[in-house]
Amino acid sequence: MVEKKRTETATANAEAPARSSGDAPLAKTWTTQKARVSVAKAYKMFVGGAFVRSESGRYFQVQGARGSDADPDPETVNVPRGSRKDVRDAVLVAKNALGGWEKRTAFNRGQILYRLAEVMESRRPELVQSLVRSGLAEVAAAAEVDASIDRAVFYAGFSDKYFSLLASSNPVAGPHFNFSVPESMGVIGVVAPERPSLLGLVSTVLPVVTGGNTCVAIASAADPRTAIVWSECVATSDMPGGVINVITGHAKELSPHLAKHREVIGIDAWIVDADLRRTVESEGADNVKRVKTHVPMDAEGWLDERTGQGLGWIERFLETKTVWHPVGV
Amino acid sequence: MATSLTKTGGTDIERKVEPAGLDFGRAWEYAPAPEASDHVKIDPKYGLFIGGRWVSPRSGKYFQTISPSTEQVLAEVAEANAQDVDDAVTAARDAYDKYWSKLKAADRAKYVFRISRAIQEKARELAIVESMDGGKPIKESRDVDVPLAAAHFFYHAGWADKLAYAFQGRKARPLGVAGQIIPWNFPLLMAAWKLAPALACGNTVVLKPAETTPLTALLLAKIIEEAELPPGVVNIVTGAGETGAAVASHPDVNKVAFTGSTDVGKRIQRALAGTTKRLTLELGGKAANIVFADAPLDQAVEGIINGIYFNQGHVCCAGSRLLVEESVHDVLVRKLRDRMQTLRLGDPLDKNTDVGAINSKAQLERIRELVASGEEEGAERFSAPVKLPEKGFWFPPTFFTNASQSCRIAREEIFGPVLTVMTFRTPDEAIEKANNTMYGLSAGVWTDKGSKLFMLATKLKAGVIWGNTFNKFDPSSPFGGYKESGFGREGGRQGLAAYLEVE
Repeated sequence: MVEKKRTETATANAEAPARSSGDAPLAKTWTTQKARVSVAKAYKMFVGGAFVRSESGRYFQVQGARGSDADPDPETVNVPRGSRKDVRDAVLVAKNALGGWEKRTAFNRGQILYRLAEVMESRRPELVQSLVRSGLAEVAAAAEVDASIDRAVFYAGFSDKYFSLLASSNPVAGPHFNFSVPESMGVIGVVAPERPSLLGLVSTVLPVVTGGNTCVAIASAADPRTAIVWSECVATSDMPGGVINVITGHAKELSPHLAKHREVIGIDAWIVDADLRRTVESEGADNVKRVKTHVPMDAEGWLDERTGQGLGWIERFLETKTVWHPVGV
Repeated sequence: MATSLTKTGGTDIERKVEPAGLDFGRAWEYAPAPEASDHVKIDPKYGLFIGGRWVSPRSGKYFQTISPSTEQVLAEVAEANAQDVDDAVTAARDAYDKYWSKLKAADRAKYVFRISRAIQEKARELAIVESMDGGKPIKESRDVDVPLAAAHFFYHAGWADKLAYAFQGRKARPLGVAGQIIPWNFPLLMAAWKLAPALACGNTVVLKPAETTPLTALLLAKIIEEAELPPGVVNIVTGAGETGAAVASHPDVNKVAFTGSTDVGKRIQRALAGTTKRLTLELGGKAANIVFADAPLDQAVEGIINGIYFNQGHVCCAGSRLLVEESVHDVLVRKLRDRMQTLRLGDPLDKNTDVGAINSKAQLERIRELVASGEEEGAERFSAPVKLPEKGFWFPPTFFTNASQSCRIAREEIFGPVLTVMTFRTPDEAIEKANNTMYGLSAGVWTDKGSKLFMLATKLKAGVIWGNTFNKFDPSSPFGGYKESGFGREGGRQGLAAYLEVE
């Protein structure tokens, strides 16, 4: 597809010679072949269940090939460049959504996550198209979307299981009833890997919310569009607003703010840059944050069910609460 | 009198406060009942326990450890510097590679069982030294610290060859060398909390005890030597903050476990940024102890006393904020005052002593400073009418009423026998106030109503919730904090994760 486009451009340029040798060549091909003028989407961040621009008014541009001839997106797309304040606003929203989300029954959370899988399945072509736009081959894009949907189903089914796997009744040496249960931590910050842009985001966000936490995720800057398309899936599932928030922008700029924020109790950061990983770990110490940083896996690692999902993914953002009560008459 | 102050049928509470009835004066005085300590042997000088041998410190330096109740010097203890710590880590690494990781898990278990048994055999000696070096009452060191320390080794020993059951369907392997730094409030017990799971999970250890209370850890090193553990599996380096920093920052340490103040915990967390070291932190607390009007008030008073005056309040999970339902505030405070008349403060080795010595001069000054701030901020102070010995470091059991949530005594960890009493009107207000802290280690709830108790247990943001009880510990019961009280658990199946890589 990219090849074809280049040819077209070359032809167009040949037909329209520059007025003088110093002028820039025509940047775009302009044809009248299309049946209608398409309506391109303004990409926005997803905060509190709504699609919003950055309060800063800033943007960054993403280049990409068209997913298909019917693709309404232009080759250059403007995406909000989230700011410190956007992160802080999102954290506040996530904090407010926490009470409602952790109060829901595990069964209900599972139903909502399953609903998300259903919506992703029905929007499968759109997700694939978005990944293709970002440069993936059709086959690789399809595999990533399939794995992402399956991952949502995996966590949907886990929401009412992890509790009994992690809880315990403890035989203390005395007349006390003693048990330990897993409990959500609070607002978790996620710095999603650059690639895979969809599967990486889904694999990091879903275990966090399965455990009853809410989250603020910084999407891949390499392909923020797919994160937003996925956010549209979240918005049309029954996920309450504010449980999953997706900020677009530069991880290097935003993740230290997320790490510093005192209402964020944990961070799951998949960052290539070792200095940035250290900064996130160091800033997180300010409120004894549960900081988990990782060198991102390769695509195979994310696709593999043994390495890309599991109980441990949920467990790392859960607290253990132990309750004692005397036994007697 | 007591009955007239509690429930008078239904939920009506007798609000009238009777005049003092428990001012017994000299009637409470007991004859001294000191625990004999002539059979206890403390060496005049202790070296470092590295690679299975007692060695002089490369630093060439020694420091004194004193009894906080008499200010007498008990022994001289080696001060490990960075080189000594490096020796200890090297010894631990060698022991991990050569012996501990090659040993059959069942055999590893037997070594840990041996430690538990030897602690039981030497229990009285350990209790006496603990009380001498740390200032805690002998009845606590004898009945709580030492038996629990033995129990911790016994419990974890059994896990060594059963780790595959602990994380079913997932693989678990040891981390390597663990660097562990422990505080002075439960010197032997904290050593047990750290060593037992680390060893059972197959790690080797460099342990740094607190500088004011190194003796029982050194006696434990003797036990480990006598139990014939492979050399270097456990190394004990004594010293102060610098020694601890050297342990935490040593590049060949795979895991750091720290129990102590939130400030130091944050510094360690920051220092470990950019490394692959695993970290668990058990830090400070400012626990709410919530008493509802329907609670059994006399039992609650016992729980409050135990919650804050146990171990002179040197307890990270101490119930230092008492939240009382407004309608029973006056009655409860009256009962608390009466009960405090009966507390005996004095010689830690006396078997009748309830409240011992403050662990160090520095800690005493911190307590005094915070108490002074409470008075300045307008809270009303009550201190138990106890006579403080002339020598040593002492502070009377104290509580404040009329304190606001913004007072320093209501926000900061005092780590002493000082309680701050506040009130609430509704369960929601109690939850709000209880959670209004950066800490989240523990909380207590006193009520007669099960459903109310479990509602609060769910909503309180704390790692341990004591319902109609307080300050209970057990090796099978996971302990650890939410929020700035740290992360990771100690005890129980969940606690094993701190010393294993679980896939």
